[in-house]
Parts: sequence; structure tokens; C-alpha cells
Amino acid sequence: MTFARKGAAAAALTMGIALALSGCALDSGNSDSGSGSEGSSSGGGDSSNLTVTFLPKNLGNPYFDTSSKGGERAVEEFGGTFAEVGPAEATPDAQVSYINTATQQGVGALVVSANDPQAICDALNEARDADVKVVTFDSDTNPECRDIFVNQADAEGIAKVQADLIAEQIDGDGEIAILSAAANATNQNTWIEMMEEYLGSEYPDIKVVETVYGDDDDQTSFDKTAALLQSHPKLEGIVSPTTVGIAAAARYLQTSDFQGKVALTGLGTPNQMREYVEDGTVEAFALWNPEDLGYLSAYTAQALIAGDITGEEGDTFEAGDLGEYTVGADGVVLLGDPFVFDKENIGDFDF
Amino acid sequence: MTTAPVTSSNRVARDFDRPLWKRLVLSRETAIIALLVVVALVAALTVRGFAQPITFTYLILDVAPILLIALPMTLIMVTGEIDLSVGSMVGLSSVVTGVLVQSGTPFELAALVALVVGVIGGAFNGFLVTVVGLPSLAVTIGTLALFRGLAVGLLGTTAVTSFPETWTDLAKAKFAGTPIPAIIVPFLVLLVVFVVLLHFTPFGRGIYAIGLSKEAAHFSGVPVERTKFVLFVLAGVVSAFAGIYYTLRFGSARGDNATGLELQVIAAVVLGGVSVFGGRGKIHGVIAAVLLIGILASALRLANVTSDVINIITGALLVVSVVAASFLAWVQKARRKPGGRVRAAASTA
Repeated sequence: MTFARKGAAAAALTMGIALALSGCALDSGNSDSGSGSEGSSSGGGDSSNLTVTFLPKNLGNPYFDTSSKGGERAVEEFGGTFAEVGPAEATPDAQVSYINTATQQGVGALVVSANDPQAICDALNEARDADVKVVTFDSDTNPECRDIFVNQADAEGIAKVQADLIAEQIDGDGEIAILSAAANATNQNTWIEMMEEYLGSEYPDIKVVETVYGDDDDQTSFDKTAALLQSHPKLEGIVSPTTVGIAAAARYLQTSDFQGKVALTGLGTPNQMREYVEDGTVEAFALWNPEDLGYLSAYTAQALIAGDITGEEGDTFEAGDLGEYTVGADGVVLLGDPFVFDKENIGDFDF
Repeated sequence: MTTAPVTSSNRVARDFDRPLWKRLVLSRETAIIALLVVVALVAALTVRGFAQPITFTYLILDVAPILLIALPMTLIMVTGEIDLSVGSMVGLSSVVTGVLVQSGTPFELAALVALVVGVIGGAFNGFLVTVVGLPSLAVTIGTLALFRGLAVGLLGTTAVTSFPETWTDLAKAKFAGTPIPAIIVPFLVLLVVFVVLLHFTPFGRGIYAIGLSKEAAHFSGVPVERTKFVLFVLAGVVSAFAGIYYTLRFGSARGDNATGLELQVIAAVVLGGVSVFGGRGKIHGVIAAVLLIGILASALRLANVTSDVINIITGALLVVSVVAASFLAWVQKARRKPGGRVRAAASTA
């Protein structure tokens, strides 16, 4: 048993050293965060505490790696302290622990992509009670649980960019079809409705002949693409406003006689679509730029900390390279028009 | 494998040869408690933001489901069995509560039904282990998938978030002016129940006897199968209670709630000194181990250590503690009586 005690002592010592080292590292990292009373006005927060912590849905996810890269760049620009923390699994309960930690640390702002709109609410509100500014990005919580939501794209912009892309690729004339996700997916249906309206007014020669649903399943989407091309021999193009659908449709086109003859566009991610863009199956598709999203979120956090904005509609602030932004209804800041990926720029992205 | 029960009984026999004070001071449980104190002190002194009352609140809220479920799990593992389905039962009871509340059932009734589901789930495990006679590892791997499947099947990927505020507030409430969360009350009640059950009743002595040797326990009149059955039902109902707590704390019933919780519970129970072969372990060691893992994770998160590294450190702590205990026991025995292992092996033949 003396051995057991020695073992326990050795383990305790190791743990102690590990904690001490990490503790020191934290101290030096935060030395300029100044959580003191100087400059802290009631309600406005501590304007000198530019510690910004990013909490993505999970770590090791290329999409969030890209958004954090943008966030870190912004924080460096305004001279704050950047940290990225997060769970390995994208679950709300794991996120709550990290929100609590940020509250204990007294960070200036927390920038979160929510794994659940409700489950992390209380934790976020506790953080706000402790003077932490809360910005959600990518995925929002209930509006009463955060100061500002940085929205990557609104329905109108998404509908418009897809309609413009397909019109450009088929020279504004001909039959097109839509490959959506599930028939009851609210966001997809909104986009499709707005897209049809916009096409009707701007491109009267384009006719949407059918909308099919791939249920966000790769194989179903693949089969539906094949069926579409069989049943509409005059089809000029396909729009797929879902990342699963567009990749499956591209895979079908790539191996069929329709490659290069039938246009395909929609919402996709660069890593999924790279080979199809490079071999000419797909000319251009859209999504937002997660790096810009992180960059804007960090500047939003800074504007909140500095007291330049409070989240009221009509508040304006400067976001570095991206220029001036205005807070919209419900405390939402819109990044802007979706980003178009094509042969020229797809090499710059990895997510 | 066949030497394992012999090893345990030898160790117990040796333990009883010693004076009480020596057993207390030199026990595995004492070592874990000492480690807990050292880690807490080091964290308080070196990690910024750790030494404040809110740390205690968050710690207890975080580890509450683990603390709760570790109680029946300790008893089950002392009998030499295991229950891997507890995390899935937390998810299932959360979903059952959520679905019922969504369809207009009062919360109190929904919670009661969830507890009954816990009893049924536990009884199902117990039936397969004791009546059908299947190994608990296999049975509960099956029900781990089954309960989780039912939970996700009932609610899909959506969440129910409309729970009465009086209850959700209660789950996070603190005693006025203190950092002590209210969840500590039901935990302390269960703690007393389980400590008395394990350490002060014939039922508890039966549990140790089963863990040391099922056959010997049976011949000395311990109702082996009935004891195990009761323990699985207890694990089911306590997991269901943890599921209700979980639902209220996050105000959200989801099919994926508490995924992987069973591993955290089992890790704490093993770190706390419960032998995976059964027959050995005490509740206070397990409680200390739960708090140790919780404090370590909390301190490392505060120091902005990434989740992967936290997993590596807590995992390594577990492996080192288990390996060290077995290795040192082996060294001691080899030293004390050369050839002891041979004799032990021969005696089982």
C-alpha cells in the first residue's frame, strides 16, 4: 500500500504541475485583459476587456476552423486577446460547460454557434449577467438569450444569387428543375418560393418544370437527378439549394452524357464541390464565406464591448476590412450577399 | 481470469488482518480523496477564475447526473456486473418526459411516467441478466443501443423546450445566498440510502459476497439473482431521475441528451477504487473520484486547455490509477510470498 501511496503522490504532483503550467500560461495570455474596475461603466461593460472567446459547435470541424481564422484575424487587428474553445462533440450539454467557463473567466465577449436554440440559453444569460457580451453566429439561439446574431445570409439573398447564377449559366432562357432537401424543410421551401418569384419577374424565359426532393440523402438525391434528366429531355439546368443535393447531382452529371450540357448550381461547400468545378461539371455555386463570418462576428463583439452598439435596431459599427454594418430587427447583423465560388477562387478555401 | 476472485479475496483477507486506522489511512479511497484535495488546492492557487463560489455551483450542476448514477453503478460493479445502458436511459427518460409534456400532459405526471420507464428498462436488463442468465456486458450493450434508438425514434432530431418554469428554475436553483445548488438535496438523500444499503445492511454484505464469489454467496444463503435484479432496477430508476434533471437543467428534451454518460460514470467508479472483477469498493471513494474528474476538467477548461487534451489527461489518470493499483498489488504479493501466485492458481483447480 505504500506503493499505492507513492503512486498517488506522484500522480498528484504531475497533475499539480500540469495545472500550474497551464495556469501560468493563462495568466500571461490574459495579462492585458485587465478585469479591474477601471473603465467599467454600468451596462456598458468593461470597454478595456477585449478578451474574445469563440465557441463553435465543435472543434476539429473545417467550417469552424475557417470561421475562427477570420475571428482571430479581427481580434489581432483591434488588439484584443483571442481564444477558441469547444467540445469534441457537437452537443448542447458539452457547450454549456464552456459557456460557464467563460463566465468564470470574465471574458469580454463570447462568440457562439449554438448546438440547440434553447438548451444553452440559461448559461448564456448567466454569462450576460456577469457582463459578458454574447454574439451568436452561424446558428442562433432564441433572441432573448444573446445580444446579437450575425447571420450569414438571408432568404432573399440566397434566392437571388441562385436565380442569377443559373440564369447566367443558361443565358437566361430554357427549362430548369429544382433538387431540394425534404418536402417540408421550411428554409428550403422559402428559398424556392422566393427564387420562383424572382425568376418570374427578372427572367421570364426561364421555366421551372419540376421540383424534386432528395431528402438530404446522397443516394436519393443522386437517383432523383437521374430521373429528372430522363423525364425532361430539354432540361437546361438544375438548382440544388442544399449541400448534399448539389454534390450528389454533380456526381451524377460528371459520369453522364449531360456533363457540360446541363448546368448545375446551388448551395455547396468548396471541399465537396472542388473536383466538379475543376473538371467543368459545375461552373459556379454559392454559399457564404465562413472566414468573413468569423471576422464580422469578432468585430461585432468588439463593438458591443466598447459600447458602440447595444443590439438595438439601427445601431451602426465598423467591421475592419468589411466596412460598416447596421444592426437589423431582432438584433441581427447580416453578413451580406452569399459568396460565389468558381474556378478562380475555390483554391483559396478549405472547408 | 480464473485467479481474479482469489486475488480479491486474498486482498480482503489481508485488509481484515490490519488495524482499523491502518485500513482507513492506507486505503485506495484515502489516496483518491488526498488527490482530490491536492488537485483542488493547486487549481485554486494557480488557475485564474477557479477560486470563486460559482465554480462550486457549476461543478455540482455538471457532475450531478454522474454523481447520481454512480451510486447504483457502484453497487452493480461490486457484484461484478456492469450497466452500460444508463446514459441511454437518461436520454430515453428525457424524451419520454418531453413527448408527454408536448402532448399536453402535466409535467409532474410526465416525470412520473419517465420514472416508471426507468423501472421497466432496469427490470428488462435485470430479467435478461438474472433469469435468462446472459452476461450483463452483452445485455447492456444491447439496451444501450435499444434505449437510445427508442429515444431518437420518439423525438427524431427535434427538441422539446416547453417546460414549466417553476420546475426548470428549481433544477438550477441555489440555496439563497449560497453557491449550493438544490440538486444536492435529492443527491444527499440517495447517497444516504445507498451508503446504508451497501455498508450497513445484510443486502449490502450480500453484494460484496456476490462480487467475491457468486457460488459461495449462493451457498451461504445470499439471494444472488434477486439482489442483482433489484440493483438493475435501481440503476434504471436513478438514471430516469437523472434524465428528468437533465431535461430541466437545459430546458430541452433531446434524443441525444447525455450521450456517452455511461463511460464517465464507469470511469469514475473504477477510479474510485471499485474492482472491475467485483467484491471491492466503497461509495466515498467513488464520490471523491467523480469530484476529482469534475474539478480537473473544470480547471483545465478555465486554463483554455482543449477538450482533446482534457480527455487525454483524465483518460491517462484513469489508466495510470488502475494499472498502478494492479501492478503494485502484484509486486507486493510477489515480494511477500514467493510462489504465491502458483499456489493461488493451484487452489482454484
